[in-house]
Amino acid sequence: MKPLTTEQIRAVIARGKLKDNIFKVLGIFCLSLAMVIIVALIADMVIKGSERFTIDFFLNFASRHASKAGILSAWVGSLLVMFVTALAAVPLGVAAGLYLEEYAKRNWITNIIEINISNLAAVPSIVYGLLALGIFVYQFGFGQSILSAGLTLALLILPIIIVSTREAIRAIPAMIREGSMAVGATRWQTCRYHIIPYAMPGILTGVIIGLARAIGETAPIITIGALTFIAFLPPAPFSGEPAAGLFDWVMAPFTVMPIQIFNWTSRPDPAFEINAAAAGFVLMAMVLSMNAVAIYLRYKMRKNIKW
Amino acid sequence: MSANNTSGLPQVSDRLAFNAMRNWKEKLIEAILLGAAAVSVMTTLGIVYVLVSESIQFFSHVSIVDFLTDTQWTPLFDDAHFGIMVLISGTLVSSAVALLVAIPMGTVIAIYLSEFANGKVREVAKPVLELLGGIPTIVFGYFALLVVTPILQFFFPSLPGFSLLSAGLVMGIMIVPYIASLSEDAMRAVPMSMREGAYAMGSTKLYTAIHVVVPAAISGLAASYILAISRAVGETMILAVAAGMQPNLTWNPAEPAATITSYIVQVALGDLPHGSIGYQTIFAAGLMLLLITLVFNILGQWLRAKYRETY
Repeated sequence: MKPLTTEQIRAVIARGKLKDNIFKVLGIFCLSLAMVIIVALIADMVIKGSERFTIDFFLNFASRHASKAGILSAWVGSLLVMFVTALAAVPLGVAAGLYLEEYAKRNWITNIIEINISNLAAVPSIVYGLLALGIFVYQFGFGQSILSAGLTLALLILPIIIVSTREAIRAIPAMIREGSMAVGATRWQTCRYHIIPYAMPGILTGVIIGLARAIGETAPIITIGALTFIAFLPPAPFSGEPAAGLFDWVMAPFTVMPIQIFNWTSRPDPAFEINAAAAGFVLMAMVLSMNAVAIYLRYKMRKNIKW
Repeated sequence: MSANNTSGLPQVSDRLAFNAMRNWKEKLIEAILLGAAAVSVMTTLGIVYVLVSESIQFFSHVSIVDFLTDTQWTPLFDDAHFGIMVLISGTLVSSAVALLVAIPMGTVIAIYLSEFANGKVREVAKPVLELLGGIPTIVFGYFALLVVTPILQFFFPSLPGFSLLSAGLVMGIMIVPYIASLSEDAMRAVPMSMREGAYAMGSTKLYTAIHVVVPAAISGLAASYILAISRAVGETMILAVAAGMQPNLTWNPAEPAATITSYIVQVALGDLPHGSIGYQTIFAAGLMLLLITLVFNILGQWLRAKYRETY
C-alpha cells in the first residue's frame, strides 16, 4: 500500500472533522426542536386561552356556554383525588422500599417482588383503569368515586415511589447503620431515626414526581367512569342538610382537570377550544412546577450531602 | 436485699420481658413492611384476575378464531363482529409512526449529550427533557388535534381532521425524552478507557461514538427502545383525542382509526351495563394490550441478557 501524502492525510482529518461538526449541528437541532416544541405548546395555550384567565374561570362550574364555563369542580376534584392518592401511595411505597432495602433476605420471595415492580412500571396506565373498574368499582363497591380514582392512581405511581425510596436508601453508607446498631438500636429504630430521615429528600423527590404523573393521568380515570359534566362540589365535612360526615366526600362523584380538558377538546364547537387551552395551561403549570421542585430538590441534594 | 432495689436498675426478669416485647414489636413491623411490598404483587395478580375472568366470559360468546381473524369490529351493533385485528392495526400504525420519530431523534440526542456536549449543555438539557417527559398526555392530545393537524393540513390538504399520522408524530415527540435519557445513561456507563483507546488510534469523536460506544452500550439502547415501544402501544389520550375513534382496518397513517386503547376510552365514556358483552369487550381488548406489551418486555429482557457487555 502506498503511503499517504501529507495533503491526503490532511484531507482525511478534515473530512472526519466535518462529519463531527455535521453531527454536532444535528444533535443541537434535535435538542432545540424538543425545546421549541415545549415553548410552542405553552405559547399556544397561553395565547389561545388568555381571555379565560380570570377569577371566574377558576370559580365557575362546567357549563353549556363556553364563555361561562369554568374549572371549579375539576381542580377541586384533582386536589381531592391527589390527597387520597398521596395518603395511600406514600406510606405503602416507602414501607415497601424500606422492606426491600433493609429487611429483605435474598430469596425467591424478594426476587418475585423485585421483578414484579419493574414489570408493573411498564404496564400501560389504561390497564390500571380496567383493574380498578373490575375490583374497586364493582367488587369492592366503591363506585365511580374519588376513593376509586385515588386508589387507582396510587397503584399506578407505587413503582415510582418504591424505586426512588430504594435509590435514596441505597445511597446511605453502611457505617450509619453500623453506628446505630452498635449503640443498641434495633433494626426498626435504626430505620426510624436514621435511614428514613436521611433518605427523606430522595423520597420526597420520588413522591413529587409520582404525584405530578398522577395529576396528569387521564386514561385510568376515564376507564373507571368518571363523569365529564359535574356542576357541584363533593360535600364538605359537617356542612349541608343533613350534615355530611367527615369522610363523605371520598364517595362523591367527581371530575378532574385532564377529563375536563378532554371533554372540551373533543367538542366540535371551537369556542370550547379556548377553554381547553386555558385549562391545559393550568394543568401544565401544576405539573411542570411540581417537576421543577423535584428537579431542584435533587440538584440541591447532590450538592449538599457529603457523608 | 430486695429492699435495696431502689437504685433504679431494672431487675433481670423485667429486662427479659422488655427484650421479648421489643423482639415481638420488631417482628410485627417487619411483617407490616412485607405486607406493603406484597401490594405490588397483589396488583399484578389483580390485573391478571380481572382481565382473564372477564375475558373468559367474553370468549364464551365469541370464538377465539373469530376474534383474531374477523376483519370488522362492530361490538355495539346488532350485527356484532369482534375482529381485534382492526384495533391492532390502528395501534401498530400509530406506534410505527411514533417510533420512526422517536428512535432516530432520541438516539441522536443521547449520542450528542453523552459524547459531544459539554457539562453546561448537559446540565440544562437533561432537566428540560425531563420536563418534556412530564407533560400530561392529554395536553399532547390537545396539541396533536388543534396545532399539529392544522399544520399538516396546510402541507397536505387531503389529510382528514383526525389521523393516525398527527397522533403518531406527537406520540413520537412524547417518547423522545425516555429514549434520550435511558440511552444516554447506557452510553455514559461505557468506560472512558474504551473511548481513549479509540482516540489514541486517531478516531474522530463521531467514529468513536458509532463504532465503539454504541456497540458497547447496545443492550441499554435496546432496552430503551423496548420501553419506548410499550409506551407507544399503551398510549391512550393522544390517540383518543387526535386519531378519531372509528374502527378502521388500515395500514395507512393518513387515515383516522381506533386503537385498542382508544376503544376502551370510547366504551368507558358511554354507559354500558356491567356484565354486558360490550362491557366484556374492553377487558378482552385490555388483555390483548397487556399480552402485546408483555411480549415486548420479554423480548427486551432477552435482548439485554444476550448482548450485555460487562467491563
